[in-house]
Amino acid sequence: MIEVLRAGALTTVQDQGRPGFAHLGVPHSGALDPAALRLANRLVGNPEAAAGLEITLTGCALRVTRAACVAVTGADVEVRIDHPVGSAGRSAGGRAMDVGRPLSLAAGAVLRIGRARAGLRNWLAVSGGIDVPPVLGSRATDTLSGLGPPPVRDGDRLPLGRPVGHPAPVDLTVVPPVPDELRLTLRLGPRHDWFTPAALELLLGTAYTVSPVGNRVGARLTGAALARAVTAELPSEGLVLGAVQVPADGQPLIFLADHPTTGGYPVVGVVADVTPLAQARPGTTVRFHGPQR
Amino acid sequence: MRIRPVGAHALLLDCADLDEVQAWRAELWRRREAGELTAVEVVPAARTVLVDGVPDPVAVAARIARWTPGPTTTAAAAGEVEVPTVYDGPDLPAVAGRWGVDVPAVVERLRHTEFRVAFCGFAPGFAYLTGLPAELAVPRLATPRPRVPAGSVALAGPYAGIYPTASPGGWLLVGRTALTLFDVHADPPARLTPGTRVRLVAA
Repeated sequence: MIEVLRAGALTTVQDQGRPGFAHLGVPHSGALDPAALRLANRLVGNPEAAAGLEITLTGCALRVTRAACVAVTGADVEVRIDHPVGSAGRSAGGRAMDVGRPLSLAAGAVLRIGRARAGLRNWLAVSGGIDVPPVLGSRATDTLSGLGPPPVRDGDRLPLGRPVGHPAPVDLTVVPPVPDELRLTLRLGPRHDWFTPAALELLLGTAYTVSPVGNRVGARLTGAALARAVTAELPSEGLVLGAVQVPADGQPLIFLADHPTTGGYPVVGVVADVTPLAQARPGTTVRFHGPQR
Repeated sequence: MRIRPVGAHALLLDCADLDEVQAWRAELWRRREAGELTAVEVVPAARTVLVDGVPDPVAVAARIARWTPGPTTTAAAAGEVEVPTVYDGPDLPAVAGRWGVDVPAVVERLRHTEFRVAFCGFAPGFAYLTGLPAELAVPRLATPRPRVPAGSVALAGPYAGIYPTASPGGWLLVGRTALTLFDVHADPPARLTPGTRVRLVAA
């Protein structure tokens, strides 16, 4: 069991999501950086599909009621462990630990994840995985549809599964730095022909900025507005992860894990890899380039 | 039908009309079932079918271009659902005004229309039902309601729809049903899946 002492700004249970139900209106959801959660799971000896926590910006504090191995991946952040009084690993005020390596917690120890120093999000795996009941094959919290467990709150108790593997024999994994400027590979289409040639030049030639109005559904950008060549209303059509949708105000929105299954604004292009956006704070510069470079 | 690439792992089949969408959706589901198509998602919509999670979209696009979808009648295999409906929605008079008839005539029309699920979207289990003629299309509310109760039967544009869960919504409310439309423990979880025929019978 995990006892949540401090849930932080937004902490959710996440795994690799619930694919295969988009035709029923069910979003994919899952960790915003699925590879980072898989890495955390491997570090603690979990199957990659195990559920962990996705933690946003302000960290969290958790107590484990049994001995456990944990690993934190993602943003650069301070991780401290307060061991229970009388245990072998005890030290006053806890010890600062590293992101990206397996850590052993005694029963009753408190794990404190601080405020991200750079980037936005961390993923926490605990040996055995978070064992809330799966919904349509996934334990992920879908902030758009409400499927899966609600976001974690102070005082919540989260069940843990039985550990099935052993922690990985690594000292440290590399935490990729968070760049000040994201360069995202964009494939135009399916509706790039709904925009003027000048709009496509602006999209690929000018800098955009990550807006504060972003969440797990999508990253909103501000910058040069993209003018339409076709002004008709687009009948709703299916959306993919990374779709760059352009609503009426012309400001692009990049869809992330909790994106709706269909949308009624034209998609000018699709970003190949959205995971850097999981760490992009508001104000981060985004530049798009074509797949040929 | 025209095939458009969508990113590196998806294709969008751009269709002439909803009939062609239904035919391709049924064809692609059948091919996937038969092991002739690998795709994580096949998502029909108003004029398109999205095929997502495709390992080699260029090769798959070439293969799809050689296929011919069967007649849409094969989609009838999706079954029929009767939705017991209480016709007491607050927007019935507005719909009657739009249609130029009285409220009982609206109810009569809805009760006797054979609807079909064109596609799902907006929320898990929310089905867009076609069957009303284009001239009976109604606009959405200028200001959406902050909360539409679960089970509300509603109209917008050329579609009818039923809210599976309470949510904000701008559709015109004509009735309600006690039928559960989305249940995560059911297989499939949605009662109204693409292709299903639907009757909004009197409760």
